[in-house]
Formats: sequence, C-alpha cells, structure tokens
Amino acid sequence: MAPLLTVLLALFISGIVVLLTTGSVGDTLETYRAIFRGSGLAWFFEVGSHDIGVPFTDANVWFPWNTDDIGSAAAANLQQTAILWVPLVLTGLAVAFAFRCGLFNIGGQGQYLAGSIAAVLIATELPNALDLPSWLLIVVTVVGATLAGAILAGIAGFLKATVGAHEVVTTIMLNWIVIWVGSYFFGLGGPFQTEASGAVPSSEDIPEKAKLPVFWGDPLLQGLHIGVFIAFAALVVYAVTLNRTTLGFEVRAVGHNPEAARYGGISVARNYFLAMAIAGMFAGLAGALDVLGWEFRLDITSIQSSQIGFIGIAVALLGRNTAVGVGLAALLFAALDTGTSTRNLDPTIFNPELATSLSVIIQGLIILFVGADLIVLLALRRLRRRRSLEATA
Amino acid sequence: MNRLPRGWRAAGWAAVLIGALAAFLALPPIEVRTPVVPVVIGLFALTIGIGSVIRGERRVGGYAIAAGVAGLVLGYLATRSSVDHLEATIVWGALFAAMLRYATPLVCASLGGLFSERSGVVNIGLEGMMLMGAFFSVWGTDVTGTWTLGLAIGTASGALMGLLHAFFSVTLRADQIVGGTAINFLALGLTSYLFVKLYGTQGTPRDLSNVPDVELRFLGRIPLVGGFAEDVFGHLNLMIWMVIALVFVVWIVVFKTAVGLRLRSVGEHPRAADTVGINVFAIRYVAVTISGMLAALGGAFISLAFVNSFTPNMIAGRGFIALAALIFGNWRPFGAAIACLLFGFSSALSVSLQEYSTSVSTLFTALPYVLTLVAVAGVIGRSTPPAADGRPYVKQ
Repeated sequence: MAPLLTVLLALFISGIVVLLTTGSVGDTLETYRAIFRGSGLAWFFEVGSHDIGVPFTDANVWFPWNTDDIGSAAAANLQQTAILWVPLVLTGLAVAFAFRCGLFNIGGQGQYLAGSIAAVLIATELPNALDLPSWLLIVVTVVGATLAGAILAGIAGFLKATVGAHEVVTTIMLNWIVIWVGSYFFGLGGPFQTEASGAVPSSEDIPEKAKLPVFWGDPLLQGLHIGVFIAFAALVVYAVTLNRTTLGFEVRAVGHNPEAARYGGISVARNYFLAMAIAGMFAGLAGALDVLGWEFRLDITSIQSSQIGFIGIAVALLGRNTAVGVGLAALLFAALDTGTSTRNLDPTIFNPELATSLSVIIQGLIILFVGADLIVLLALRRLRRRRSLEATA
Repeated sequence: MNRLPRGWRAAGWAAVLIGALAAFLALPPIEVRTPVVPVVIGLFALTIGIGSVIRGERRVGGYAIAAGVAGLVLGYLATRSSVDHLEATIVWGALFAAMLRYATPLVCASLGGLFSERSGVVNIGLEGMMLMGAFFSVWGTDVTGTWTLGLAIGTASGALMGLLHAFFSVTLRADQIVGGTAINFLALGLTSYLFVKLYGTQGTPRDLSNVPDVELRFLGRIPLVGGFAEDVFGHLNLMIWMVIALVFVVWIVVFKTAVGLRLRSVGEHPRAADTVGINVFAIRYVAVTISGMLAALGGAFISLAFVNSFTPNMIAGRGFIALAALIFGNWRPFGAAIACLLFGFSSALSVSLQEYSTSVSTLFTALPYVLTLVAVAGVIGRSTPPAADGRPYVKQ
C-alpha cells in the first residue's frame, strides 16, 4: 500500500510542475492522460469493437488483445514499454539482490554497460573467427555479457569482502571507468569504432543472426523481442534463489545481521562477494538483451547518457526488493519513460522534451519518498498523535 | 611502532620526486631521446618505494611506487614519440593553467563534500547540487544582469538542495545514499525541465555577464621563471583565486577552530558529542547546507566562468570526481585539493592529447576513478572515512 501511495504523491507533486507549465487543471490531467496513452498501457483498456484480423472471418471482439493487432499506435507503444521493462527488471534485480545481502549496489549502470559492451564485442567479433549457428551465437553472447557484469560487480564484492572498501564508493568508480573505457572502445579513433558510423562514433552493427527473435510487432520497427521471457524467468530465479536455496538463506542472513550470521557459521565475506557477482549477472544480462534485442550497436552518446542502471535503484526501492514488487515497479518506470518519450507523447498536448525531464523528476521524487518511507512516517505520526490524544482524554 | 625509521618516509617522498623526474627528463624542454634514462630512474624510484613499503611506510611508499611506475611508463612513451608531438602537447605553462581551471570546480565541490561527510552525512548528491548551481547561476545572471547576484542565486539553489538532503537524512533518518541518488535525479530533471522551458531551442544567452579574469602582468617581470609564472597565474579567473583561498579557510575552520572540532566530533561519535551538549542535528543541518552551497559554487564556476553557458547534464560526472577526490584525499582539505589538482592535471593532459589522439585522451579520463579505486582498495595507504559517516543519529 505504501509504495502505491508514494507513487501517487510523486505524481501529485510533479503534477504541480505540469500545472505551473500548462496553467490549467484540465490540461494537467490531459497531459497525464497523454502520457498514459503514450505508454501503450491504454491498449489493455480499449474496450470496443475490434476486428479480429484473422482471414476468412469478419468477427469482431471487445478487447484488442484478442486480435492479432501488431501495428496499431497503442500496440506499438506497449511494445516500447515492454522492451524497456526488460532491462529495468534486470537492473532492479541487480540492486535488489545486493540489498538483501545488506549491500548498496549503485553500480548497476556500470554492470549494465559492461554487459552491453561485452555483448557488442562478442557478437561482432566472434563470427569472424567461428561460424556458429544463430542460437549458439546468442547463447555465447548472453553468457559472456552476463559474466562481464558479474566480474565488474565481483571486483566491488571482492574489495568489500577482503579489505572492507565501501561498495558504494567502489561501484561508483567502476561505473565511470566502464563509461570511459566504453567511450574509448567505440569513440573516435577507438579500437572497435566502425568506419561506417554517422555523426556519432559507434560500434559495428551486430550481425543479423545474433539478433533476438521478435515475437510481437514489426522487427524493423523495434517489435517486442523474446528477452521479455528471460526477464520473467529472472524474476522467478531471483525469488527461488533468495527464498528456497541455502545460498539465498545465507545472503539474507548476512543482510539481516552480519555479526549474527558470522556467529552462526556463515562466511560473511564469501556472501558479500557472491551477492555482488550475482547482482552483476542480472545487470550484465540486461545489457546483453538490450544490445541483441533492439539496440544492435553502441555509440558513445548512448554509453554516456544511459540511465537504466540508476533507474534500477528506483525500481528496487519501490519494489521493496521482492520479485513481484520489482516486476511491477519496473512496469511503472518503463511506462513512465516510454509515455514521456519524444517518440510516443503527443506534442500538441505537452512538449515531449519537457516531459522527458518530468519523468526524471518523478523518478527522483519516488526515490526520495520511498527511501525515507515518507508515507509510513506520516501515517505513524498521525497514529501516534491520535494515541497521545486518547491518552490525555 | 614508534621505532619506525623516519628516514624511510623521507626516502619515500624523495622517490616520488625521482619518479616525476624520470618522466620530466624525457619531456620538453630537456627531451632526453634514449629510453634508458627514464627506465633506469623510474626503476630506482620504484625500488626505494618498495623498500619504504617493506619498512612500514605504506602510504608514502605506495605513492613512490606509483610515481616510479608512472614516470617509467610516461618517460618511455615520450622517448618513443616524435619531438613535434611532444612539443605540441606538453606546454607546461598552458598545462598548469588548464590544470587549475579543471581543478577549481572539483576543489569547490569536494570541500563541500568534506563538510557534509565530516559531520557524518554521506553526500553522493554533489553531482546534482553542482548541476543546480550551474543552472541557477546562469539563470540568475540572466535575470539580474550581473554575475555577483547570479552566483548568489546559484549558491542559494545549492543550499536548498542541501537543506532537502539534510531534512531527509537527519530529520527523517532516511538512507543517505538513497537521498543523494534522489537529489541527483531531481536536479537533473528540474534543471533540464527549466532549461527547455525557459531557453528552449536557443540555449542560454551568449552575452551573459561573466566572472572576470584577474590579470597579473607583473609576474612576467620576475627573472628566470617570469614567463612561466605569467602563463600559469597571470590570467586566472577570479573564482580560481577565491577557491584557492577557500581551501585555507576550510582547513582553518575544520581543524583549528572550536566549531570545526564540534563538526568533526559529530561525525566521529555523535553520541559523545551530544553528551557534552553539542547539538548534533543543528551541526549536521548546517554542514549539509554548506556542502550544497559549495558544490553549487563549483557548478557555477563551470557554467559561468568556464564555458559561459548552460546545457542539460553539463556536470557530466564531475560531482563524482569531487567525491573521489575527497576520498582519495582522505577527507582532508589539502588532501582533497591535491587530489583535485592531480585529477585536474589528468583532465588538462587529456585535452591537450586530443590534438593527436582522441582515443587515448578518452581513456585518460578514466584515470581519476582508477586511482580512487586503488586508493580505497588500500593498495596505496588506506582511506578511512569519519567513523559515523552515513549513520543517522537517534537522540536518546
């Protein structure tokens, strides 16, 4: 309940910003409605007569999801939201898993980029040496990228476990190291920059056979790739690992109270390392799925301006580090980001350039409020006041 | 432990200089062309460094090892590259002046971070606070027409962010890292929003009133080093001089006054401080607010005295470099300032390297982060934060 109220509070406050911009309550509501339409979630609610789209029948159905609608505006928007949902779930899990071990993994961004960079390098360079079938190339790329994320996060975990270096500091440093090394790789004159790139220096495109299959929508217009199922699977793996395995038990024990865990015979250092490495695997996987699913290349602008890993922090916080929570929170942020993007928001209602910043403001407010448990605090304070009133009465 | 030979510490510092010499000899104006010279001298510094580490001087010895290796590698590379390239890249006067320009915003923000962290509040929101200062100082200058009021407005916006961070981390006892992350998001969103809303496609006005440069032409008349001194210090921006003074002021305030003692005691052991009647909450509020003001001032330097305009997300990680410098400098004003100078020098070098290799210069940008990672890993003397850094205080 509290996360939901937090979101509403954040939307309300940012609504004031919109109100100051548009100048009327009606326009503010209309803006939010446009953002909702832009996110594609409206697709689920478009009740009416829809052509089922199957040959040899002209039957109509009530809901769009009973048709084979792949190209309508709402469906295309929803595909965008789902594509963004994939990395947000995974970077959210990367932050959440470390949280459960008592570690603040602020390095989701770096681990995500390490995964992306590894995916691009493997998918573009490996076919030159070995002629692998499509599925094997994808598997090798995904595994390699996952390992890259794990290694990067593992460094922070290792330093925490051995010399006690604070993981916040080390992961921040690692983030920026990856950003600049990535910019070096694909930047002007870098070793992996392609000659064919346009205005922004970039890597080569990954070969056609390394791309993930698209199962909903037009592959040429960024349809929804099968990474969605991998993200779902990751949510299940996360929940099972934490709640049903010895590893998960140890990780939670260390997160709850390291001293007690050590007293109970659990190696705190080992769990710090493992928790970070596993967290890095989730984020690295996110990078791989983004590259193989829709980005297909990396350019230095996307390396330097991507915020996926940082939004992962908001996802984990809002989702209370549970699998279901992370899934839902990722959906919220994916919808928000897609709905306010230049591509999806109706510019006649609200300037999309403003709306993109608005979604950053909303993210900031949600992090701020969730971090402080503001709603819980406010409720508690009211409860306490009522109690003291009753006591005096 | 008291019988540690002092000689090894001196030897360690000497080795740091020798390591620098290894690179210096191969660079203009001397330009030794045989790789033997930097390699031998670098190895010599390295050996002394290892010796100091073995004798227990881990920090200084570590510096010496780093200086030896760096001197060896840089010196070797210099002898391998052509004289023309060297003389185009290494212009000492211009390099040092650029170093001061790049270091100034970092020094400012990391001194801000120092106040906050010395009082026990982790501040990873420095980046966002700098961004606020960068935008609002430009906006303030645009509206009021003079940079002095612009700076004041920019600083005030940083103070507001500081207050917000203090409210959440001190009063509500929220996780300080979460709070800092939120500040970064909020500042990025708010400044980009206002930038698009107020300046849209045209960008900030070109004819803003700028912080003036201080011209010190008399430096050129000093014998021997005159030309060099004028190149470095002759045309610096007013704010650079202000920040240099600020380092000394902060050092005096934090380490030589009663207020500073209170600040540090709150950061080390808030309960003890509370017991002797120090108001922990008040000190932390003031410290975090000052931290926001200084970070914003650093951001204002970038927008108002360096590039003379604002673009969204223009801080581009400098807040995190300032944080790194604070850690690298072991939470001390001069330590942080020297770290900032080092990072500033690497920025200056990376910009001048751009002349003939963009890719190498990009890689160079990662150097501050690598150095800080090495520093917190304890390879070169450990960095230890204030004991109560990051812990909310609950009054009993």
